[in-house]
Amino acid sequence: MSAPTLSPVSAGVGHRARSSRIARAVVYTVLVIAVLITLLPFVWMLLGSFKDQGEILRDPRGWLPQNPTLDNYARWFTDLNIGHFFLNSVVVAIFTVLGNIIFCSMVGYALAKMNFTGKKTLLALVLVTLMVPHVVTFVPLFVLVSNLGMSNSYYALILPFLTAPIGVFLMRQFIGEIPDSLIEAARIDGASEARIFLRIILPLLGPPLATLGILTFLSSWNNFLWPLVAAQTEDRYTLPVALALYSQGENATDYGLLLAGSVLVIAPIVLFFIFLQRFFLQSVASVGIK
Amino acid sequence: MSVSAPSRPAATRGGAGPSRRRRVSGSQNRTGWAFALPFVIVFSIFMMIPLVSSFLMSFTDITSRDTDNVFGVNVIGFEHYASLFNNPQFLRSMLNTAYFVVIGIPLTLGVGLALAVALNSGISRFRTAFRVGFYVPVVTSIVAVAVVWRFILQDDGLINSALALVGIDGPNWLHDPAWSMPAMILLAVWRNAGTVMIICLAGLQSVPSEVLEAGMVDGASAWTRFTRIVMPIMRPTLLLAAILLSVGYLQFFDEPFVMTQGGPLGSTLSVTYFTFNQFGFGNYGLASAASYVLFVAIALLSLIQFRVFRSKD
Repeated sequence: MSAPTLSPVSAGVGHRARSSRIARAVVYTVLVIAVLITLLPFVWMLLGSFKDQGEILRDPRGWLPQNPTLDNYARWFTDLNIGHFFLNSVVVAIFTVLGNIIFCSMVGYALAKMNFTGKKTLLALVLVTLMVPHVVTFVPLFVLVSNLGMSNSYYALILPFLTAPIGVFLMRQFIGEIPDSLIEAARIDGASEARIFLRIILPLLGPPLATLGILTFLSSWNNFLWPLVAAQTEDRYTLPVALALYSQGENATDYGLLLAGSVLVIAPIVLFFIFLQRFFLQSVASVGIK
Repeated sequence: MSVSAPSRPAATRGGAGPSRRRRVSGSQNRTGWAFALPFVIVFSIFMMIPLVSSFLMSFTDITSRDTDNVFGVNVIGFEHYASLFNNPQFLRSMLNTAYFVVIGIPLTLGVGLALAVALNSGISRFRTAFRVGFYVPVVTSIVAVAVVWRFILQDDGLINSALALVGIDGPNWLHDPAWSMPAMILLAVWRNAGTVMIICLAGLQSVPSEVLEAGMVDGASAWTRFTRIVMPIMRPTLLLAAILLSVGYLQFFDEPFVMTQGGPLGSTLSVTYFTFNQFGFGNYGLASAASYVLFVAIALLSLIQFRVFRSKD
């Protein structure tokens, strides 16, 4: 480590270049180690999901499966009905994303570009509730949902998340950057606000809406506390709820099964992420700048 | 000029100057509220009403049996709050949550910033691959990674076998009250450093290279350049990252629910977990009071962070 081997090429290069080359080698080494630490748990999970119960117990530190088997996955699809949990997660996520995209951009437009009585109060409420944690609202929300006759329904899983203050905040910021002149011109031409919103605002909001959609999808797919409280029977479980509850009952030590379950929960979102990574990373960065 | 742009507080952009008192016409009101309506309905029913009811419920003896008939509920004033601060379990959960936040957030910020600086240090190859790699844990479900980490953290698991390679006899992480919380923090840093890295990479773009070069010409060491030039510019970025993290860290729940059920000996019981348990027992009033204590803590912590990071503005 202390004496990195330098190629003969660098012999003629000045001291400065050599030290920067060493620095770069150190940076790469650190990064490679860090990325290995980051990704190895996933590799271990994936390999473990193909092992039978006996093999994991015999050698919990092992990597490669000796007798690879698909039994763990088969059990999720036959005995445990993961297809249904998957569908629940997808349905909840799709409605949540659509709701946020439509409703947050509508109210964002009103807050950014319109004048109406009570606008400042509404904006203040949105800003104040930006940081309200779910834990503060879930108890009365549960009571409310039961009294509305929606307990253990898809409504209970979806409706509370149809809009979010953070989405409104983001949309207002993005729409605020659209030049007023564009909107004024359309207003003078006699276009209705609905028409301006659909024909001028929305087409300009492509990347911000993608950002909002991605962030909403992530938080919906991984949401846990509320679905755990709201879904009372198996047919309403989302993936994380199903996985968490199975990891505690009689299957608590069924390593292969639980690792396969984790793969099934993690894989779709990771594939989705790798496919769209440019948009994902831009979303997070753009939220940072807002 | 573009240097200070991202650091401007967002609020200055919103206020349209000292209110130019123009009369708002009826039709303007109608259109404005029409656009706001769907949000206002959902927001009122599922955010404002629960938020206020939670506050009110915390002063009553409401339980799971009273939900159909709220008139059977008695107002008991601050009794729940008083009992919470005499409840060793709740105090323990506050302490555990504070531990998780106070150690976890600086560690996550440090690791995330270090990764960002390393990625920004002029390397060109594999930059995207590294960024994607570090960000993968962020997109995954905490429940699923907690299931995996429960196995990795076993006494004869992966982490201890890695530690054994360098001659360290690792603890039985999740079954040792002294090590269960460090294990949770380790998992949190692993999962969230990627968020900090991405936010910091965006922030580092606003560090002007001319200033850095000037520092280099003047003979400032890399460390001096980092602490004197980069860090002051990164202050607002780190503030944002810290606030984003603290809202999540203060309500940590998924990890102990899956890995330890709050144990061993209550060493990983978080305030959210305590609240969830009280809800499960049907003690809705007490659960609401506990959640409001956490809410106040989140608000206070955000204020403190604003102070710390803004102090040199």
